[in-house]
Amino acid sequence: MRIIILTGRTIDQGCGKEIGKTSKDYMESVAICEMNEEDMKKIRIRDGDRVKVTTKFGSVVLIAKKSRRISSPGTAFIPYGPWANCITGSATDGTGMPLLKGVPASVEPTDEKVLTIRDLINSFMS
Amino acid sequence: MNSTEGDAMPVISHVVCPVCGCCCDDIELLIENNRIIEARNACAMSAAKFEKYFLHRNTDAYVRKNGKLTKVSLDEAIRKSAEILAESSYPILYGWSSTSCEAIKAGLELAEEIGGVIDNTSTVCHGPSILAVQDVGLIGTTLGQIRHRADLIIYWGSNPWSAHPRHMERYTALSDGRFQRNIWRRISTRIRADSVRKKIARIASMFFKRGREFLSGEAREKFGMFPSEERKVIVIDVRRTRSAELADYFLQVKPGGDYDVLQALRALIHDEELNVDEVAGVPVETLEEIADLMINCKLGVIFFGLGLTMSKGKLRNVEAAIKLTQDLNDCTKFLIMPMRGHFNVTGANTVFTWQTGYPYAVDFSHGYPRYNPGETSAIDVLRRGDADAALVIASDPISNFPREAARNLADIPLIVIDPHLSPTALVADVVIPSAFVGIETEGTVYRMDHVPLPLKKVVEPPAGLLSDEEILRRILKEIRRSKKP
Repeated sequence: MRIIILTGRTIDQGCGKEIGKTSKDYMESVAICEMNEEDMKKIRIRDGDRVKVTTKFGSVVLIAKKSRRISSPGTAFIPYGPWANCITGSATDGTGMPLLKGVPASVEPTDEKVLTIRDLINSFMS
Repeated sequence: MNSTEGDAMPVISHVVCPVCGCCCDDIELLIENNRIIEARNACAMSAAKFEKYFLHRNTDAYVRKNGKLTKVSLDEAIRKSAEILAESSYPILYGWSSTSCEAIKAGLELAEEIGGVIDNTSTVCHGPSILAVQDVGLIGTTLGQIRHRADLIIYWGSNPWSAHPRHMERYTALSDGRFQRNIWRRISTRIRADSVRKKIARIASMFFKRGREFLSGEAREKFGMFPSEERKVIVIDVRRTRSAELADYFLQVKPGGDYDVLQALRALIHDEELNVDEVAGVPVETLEEIADLMINCKLGVIFFGLGLTMSKGKLRNVEAAIKLTQDLNDCTKFLIMPMRGHFNVTGANTVFTWQTGYPYAVDFSHGYPRYNPGETSAIDVLRRGDADAALVIASDPISNFPREAARNLADIPLIVIDPHLSPTALVADVVIPSAFVGIETEGTVYRMDHVPLPLKKVVEPPAGLLSDEEILRRILKEIRRSKKP
């Protein structure tokens, strides 16, 4: 299913980063994808299931969360962090700022596991 | 100022919070045995930092040897850092927004000495806002003026409830100003009414198919009556955030549609007609109501966030918002201010500007400062693979940069100065632990409205840990020593 990815701050992400990014609190607050209920029904997933979000820049596995704040179908929200940045591009069009909000993506159910912060770091090291 | 509560533990009052750009200066800390027991007046993020900062902190210096981070002495880590930077031909020095102005000043001296690029985190937050301000100016003020006088407050592409949790309470709608009252009563009445309406809707939905419609936003707006003389809050965003739930009006814009809505409002303010039914998902009648509110307020302010700078249009969105503000000053008094994220990102821009003439993305490789965001900005330097070494301080670009730029950063010799073992520290070649500025060491910061404030040292750092400024000065001294014949 095609979708527009929004990224941003949440209070849980803000608290998690202050405690430490290797903490469990941080991963639980950031490795998530908030979705509209209708979209979740369309791809047959429930709150807490895993989804794979793919853009032309990469893909990432996240925990799907039903959110009434995503009031329009066709959009999903991922808090700022290393998981969200797996699927953003680095071209800045001469401005210094990459496009970090409003990235077109596809989302699908998956059985793949959500990478931990250590897994993500290891992927950089390799 | 230190004080005590009877015979109880010491309380340090008037502490400035080192978390977000609000820099709240009314924090009270209860200290026992060199540990913060409780942070009073603090938001959730501030409390998380003051009360839990030590849980995942790092106190050891590391150098990567045979592929593994190995504990070394602080002196060895500083020597290794100096060696990497002195040998590089185009190093990048990045971060700076979560440290003191004094450390930033030392960092700029280091960048000039080694002929590198120095950039701060505004490059991936309000960098486009700075570019827009350089094009069209800014009608700014301090937050005190807004607290006392503003009767129309607009949050555009910003979610203060999550990113600046005390902004509304201290500076806008939920604060009592000299000429403006807070709107707590109105909000709490509305929340109670919402709660009752939801209960009715739940019961109605058991009997009627359309009962749930009472829960929709449209139904809610019809209940949104408020006294005309009171402060009003408008939230404009692509999703219904928690901040939107506190607002009198919420405009949901389609992703990427902010520029269209800004220009539509400019047209309406100039009494032009819009020959469409809606603009980026917002009905024209709603835009007309908002334009009326804007024109008829006594003092309005737009607080804009990364919803404008990170979306399609970037600096052009901000430019349109500033132009809208300029247009409104033909009818009334209107102001505009970016919602700065890190507690000293404004200080980083300020110190960069007074030292080099430019607020971010400064390149010293020619021997003098050059500034060309898009070329000399961190993401672009890393994406092109130009940098051959990096020093990151008080920041975590491995988490916050797009993957391609982050991967290139991980591939070059990397020095990290940070109190935490952040993801960036874990891929680094040299890790230097530092004291927490605003907790274990003092310094100067600039609040989002450019008001300088002093950070306090409230507890002693672990033995042997230095401040960011001291670490940078020692690296600089080592580089200068190694250059001497």
